[in-house]
Amino acid sequence: MAQYILKRVGYLILTMWVIVTATFFLMNTLPGDPIQTGTKLLPPAVEANLKEKWGLNKPVVERYFIYLKNVAQGNLGESMKSPGLTANQIIKEKFPASARLGLQAICLGVVVGLIFGIIAAFRRNTWVDYSVIFIALVGVSVPSFVLAALLQKALGGKILPIIGWPSENIWTSGFKYTILPTLAASFGSIATYSRFMRTSVLDVLNNDYIQTAKAKGLSKWAIIRKHILRNSITPIITMIAPQIAGIVTGSFIIERIFCIPGLGMYYVESINGRDFTMIMATTIFFSFFFVISIVLMDILYGVVDPRVRITGEKR
Amino acid sequence: METKIDKELFEVVGYDKEVSDAIVRPSITYWQDAWRRLKKNKVAMLSMLLLIVIGLACAFVPVFSKMDFKEQAIELANQGPSKEHWFGMDELGRDIFVRIWIGGRVSILIGLVGAFVSLVVGAIYGGVSGYFGGAVDDIMMRVVEVIVGIPYMIIVILVSISLGKGLTSLIIALCITSWTGLARLVRGQVLQLKESEYVLAAQMLGTSPMKIVLKHLLPNTLSVIIVNLTFQVPGFIFAEAFLSFISLGVQPPYTSWGAMASLGQQQMAYYPHELFFPAAAISLTMLAFNLLGDGLRDALDPKLRQ
Repeated sequence: MAQYILKRVGYLILTMWVIVTATFFLMNTLPGDPIQTGTKLLPPAVEANLKEKWGLNKPVVERYFIYLKNVAQGNLGESMKSPGLTANQIIKEKFPASARLGLQAICLGVVVGLIFGIIAAFRRNTWVDYSVIFIALVGVSVPSFVLAALLQKALGGKILPIIGWPSENIWTSGFKYTILPTLAASFGSIATYSRFMRTSVLDVLNNDYIQTAKAKGLSKWAIIRKHILRNSITPIITMIAPQIAGIVTGSFIIERIFCIPGLGMYYVESINGRDFTMIMATTIFFSFFFVISIVLMDILYGVVDPRVRITGEKR
Repeated sequence: METKIDKELFEVVGYDKEVSDAIVRPSITYWQDAWRRLKKNKVAMLSMLLLIVIGLACAFVPVFSKMDFKEQAIELANQGPSKEHWFGMDELGRDIFVRIWIGGRVSILIGLVGAFVSLVVGAIYGGVSGYFGGAVDDIMMRVVEVIVGIPYMIIVILVSISLGKGLTSLIIALCITSWTGLARLVRGQVLQLKESEYVLAAQMLGTSPMKIVLKHLLPNTLSVIIVNLTFQVPGFIFAEAFLSFISLGVQPPYTSWGAMASLGQQQMAYYPHELFFPAAAISLTMLAFNLLGDGLRDALDPKLRQ
């Protein structure tokens, strides 16, 4: 197991290196110039000074190694559009809103999705099953921004606030502001989880050991908890990591529609403002988050399902 | 103790060689069988019909329409659906009905190009990786792992901003990322199939490895590939809508469903039709692809065959 984890961490570092390198060189081929956009033509002396400050006068390769060193030390640089603020500070300030939205959406998605899937599988070919299938189909077919707009139209205004986000005490206050964005962000994952959980439970139900458990006279609840859930949930775990990425990227849209001051909205702003350091910093941060969650899920999968652990070591 | 078994039990009941060799049903190929099963699935056939109608409309409506998609009638801005303008006008007084089909061209093009690249690159990459195995497989799969490790949307965003916004960079970005899922899938299939006797036979006859992959292994994974592609197309359409929504996608004067929905969303409070029609177009297309994918999976999955 230790060897397996070590190997995974090795790939994690390799992946991160590729991402940092690719981002860096892509940013350097960008047509826009962060020093010249948005302002009048700067006097040559000022421009030279600014270039000196950002190190833009050095050759690309040298800058690359400086950047690599800084990133390895956890220093993501200083924002070009908000001078004085480092990328680390901005991420620290903006990320909690995105994290809360993402966390709530994932929890809601997983819990509701799994429950829907299990109920649908047990009530197969009844109206319950059909309505879950219908919700799952709508969930994968309707883009989240359409759903967000519909939710705003239907529930916003009188009952719940249409836009906004609690500004202080960012983790606990203002729950009513988070309801609509969470619903909009989690609908897709509710759909995916319920669909896969339904198939997974149906697969397990067909197995002989369920018959055996029934024949032994186990209570229905014991069968569900010990035999069906344990066996049908393992394939779902692998799906959570990609869902995390989906929710992170989906937050670009949800945050924009609901005016949430999160990192996703800031990322889109930095792209449009050509804030090189912030684009790179946020990209690296998002990717790191994603890669870590994949590795964690893989390790968790090994813990839950002993079969994976064994084949993982063999390879 | 000795148990007596009646000798009669071991007598040959008798069989007629003629009867057992006779062909009862006309033999049909795998694809005929799959098609027959797909035809029985009404939902899937309806989805297919809907997709064909949408495709034809995208191709021909803009050609025969009186209005141009760029043409503005500013006095009619934001007008609701009417007899002349079936889907109403947008905030700049452009006919939404014509724009839907122009936008649909972009969305469908993205979906098809994404699927095509995914098919060609993914299938060959996965096939080669699975067939050769060993170090080749190891290196090729590590490359895939690294690409999969990067959030897909971030690659698309990065490429779109480094090459400039617009359709070309959108397509290039899709090409970089779209094939990994299929490559993994095909590799898994090929790993199973390459132990088959017909591969051994081909190897004995001296067929080149590339030819074995292309002629023997890939055609046998075709059903898996097709099903995967039908589920991927809505993903590509969604990615385009998403990027256009945060204004990184198709740039004006051209439009796409995502771009139209983005414009409509700003007008939603007063002119809901501007959001409704593009949103309905995206949702219906994605729904149709998903349902068709379900139908194809049921029709092509050999495990379900009796």
